[in-house]
Amino acid sequence: MCGIAGIIHRGNSNNVGGEMQKMLQSLKHRGPDSTGYALYGEGESNNYILRYKVGENVKEGTTAVKEDPSVYAARRKEVDKKINEVGATIYDDEKITDYSFRYVISYDGDLLDLAKKIESVEETEIQSLGKSLELIKDIGDASVVADQYSLNQFSGTHGIGHTRMATESGVDIRSAHPYWAYPFSDVSVVHNGQLTNYWNNRRALEAKGMRFLSSCDSELIAVYLADKIREGMDLEEAMRGSLEHLDGVFTYLVATKDKLGMAKDTMAAKPMVLYESDDLVALASEEVAIRSVMPTEIDTYDPYEGEVKVWQA
Amino acid sequence: MASIKGHKSSEMGLHEEVLTGRTQQVFFNPEESENFFYHDAYDVDFNKRTEIDAKDIECLDINRKIKELMSQGYGTIVIKNPGSKHSIGVGILNKLNLIVEGSLGYFGIGSVDGPNVRISGRVGWSCAENMMAGKVVVEKNAGSCFGAAIRGGDLICKGSVGARSGIDMKGGTIIVGGDAGAFTGFMMQRGRIVILGDVGPNLADSLYDGTIFVGGNIKSLGADAVEAEMTDLDVDWLKRKLKVAEIDKKVDFKKMTKIVSGKKLWNYDNLEPSERKGAI
Repeated sequence: MCGIAGIIHRGNSNNVGGEMQKMLQSLKHRGPDSTGYALYGEGESNNYILRYKVGENVKEGTTAVKEDPSVYAARRKEVDKKINEVGATIYDDEKITDYSFRYVISYDGDLLDLAKKIESVEETEIQSLGKSLELIKDIGDASVVADQYSLNQFSGTHGIGHTRMATESGVDIRSAHPYWAYPFSDVSVVHNGQLTNYWNNRRALEAKGMRFLSSCDSELIAVYLADKIREGMDLEEAMRGSLEHLDGVFTYLVATKDKLGMAKDTMAAKPMVLYESDDLVALASEEVAIRSVMPTEIDTYDPYEGEVKVWQA
Repeated sequence: MASIKGHKSSEMGLHEEVLTGRTQQVFFNPEESENFFYHDAYDVDFNKRTEIDAKDIECLDINRKIKELMSQGYGTIVIKNPGSKHSIGVGILNKLNLIVEGSLGYFGIGSVDGPNVRISGRVGWSCAENMMAGKVVVEKNAGSCFGAAIRGGDLICKGSVGARSGIDMKGGTIIVGGDAGAFTGFMMQRGRIVILGDVGPNLADSLYDGTIFVGGNIKSLGADAVEAEMTDLDVDWLKRKLKVAEIDKKVDFKKMTKIVSGKKLWNYDNLEPSERKGAI
């Protein structure tokens, strides 16, 4: 089933980490397997924030292959080496879990080169690489993941998130949402639904050199949008194109450094409830998620079939 | 074989079919109807009023509490702080004034037979699904599948509704003050839908029977949906029904569009497989 949610504050920052945690926790019944956050903070001036993992969370319930945790340190060392090799400088590094890290790096070169180098290390996956995006995903509900990664006080303008019920692929971090639109910094996607022309699109995009890490159909949306942005389309144009090219039933949210967008398939088969004011836009698979951050009486509505909307922070 | 042709309701586009084949219509015996009662239906006094604060209560317990209060004879129950929780007010099988101060989540007021419900906020997907009788008024907007498979009663949304309103509807009336999404009246079998605003694509797709009135623009009609002529009876009925629905909107009823079934897809039992393909 899966649940998705997003919030954007127009013109000011707020505790989006805490807000997203409340919204996603109230959608836990839609997907208890994993939870993911894409949060957009104030950033680190001109430096990049890199979130990556070198292994999987192998706690109970996961379908990931269990590894000896001692390999993680060696992989991290290898990643550090690769970062230095491409001329990037690590200013800050933080170990969040045994397998997950947050770095602040300065880099002037091509992002694709950097990403390829890092991901050439065995089992290493970049979760996000951006100037304001921090993408966190792991096994467990919203509270478990927020506590594990200390997200409850994350200050920023906007964020999107996802609670996953695994149907098309395994219960692991790799298949969890959000997806980063590799190799574009600060673009992330969450999705609720099924894409029925996944393989056709994947093969066509791979032939164009785009990279897929998982076999989760939702990743296709991120890669599709990345490809269209690469071709020069703006976000809204790319999203409108997705409604024509992606087949199936879906509602998805996409966020960039300063924007939040939503798209709904032409059958309106997947839910989305929307609240919009001058200061704030909140949207989720169920209104109960919006109520978790706005308990007062508000007016909400369902966007219609084939609708695409984009809001500015 | 029963036939109801020539009845006034036939002129209004309702149950026009001559019943043949496997289809049967059972006419209800009024005496039997008078004495019919459900298990778990209660005699209530509308003047006996009470409140439930739903803030910290799970939906199952809210519904248990409603039932418990009805068993004590309460005929007017106010639900405060519903917080868009799902499945509130389902399975009410007797007369009751239920007032919801706030919004409901999915599947609110489902499978009911008789209550008079007023919701001051919005409702999520599948409000009043399978309603048999009663009246449900939603003051704001509604999600998709509004009034799915209802068999009777009046379901009113003063705002706009999502996609597939009245899907599989088998009777009763749905009235929408605003706009409606795609596939409104999808596979509708009987009853009436009134949309005062615009309607999305594929209106009345695969409609078996029943009538849909639209005040605004129709994006597109679905398979086997056709436009029919508005009659004086239709206009009278619409005037009366909108008054009951408390929708204070000036409408030129004569200019509304009336949609009924073309009946090419209708009743597959009477078609050979090759003919079915041709009909589509």
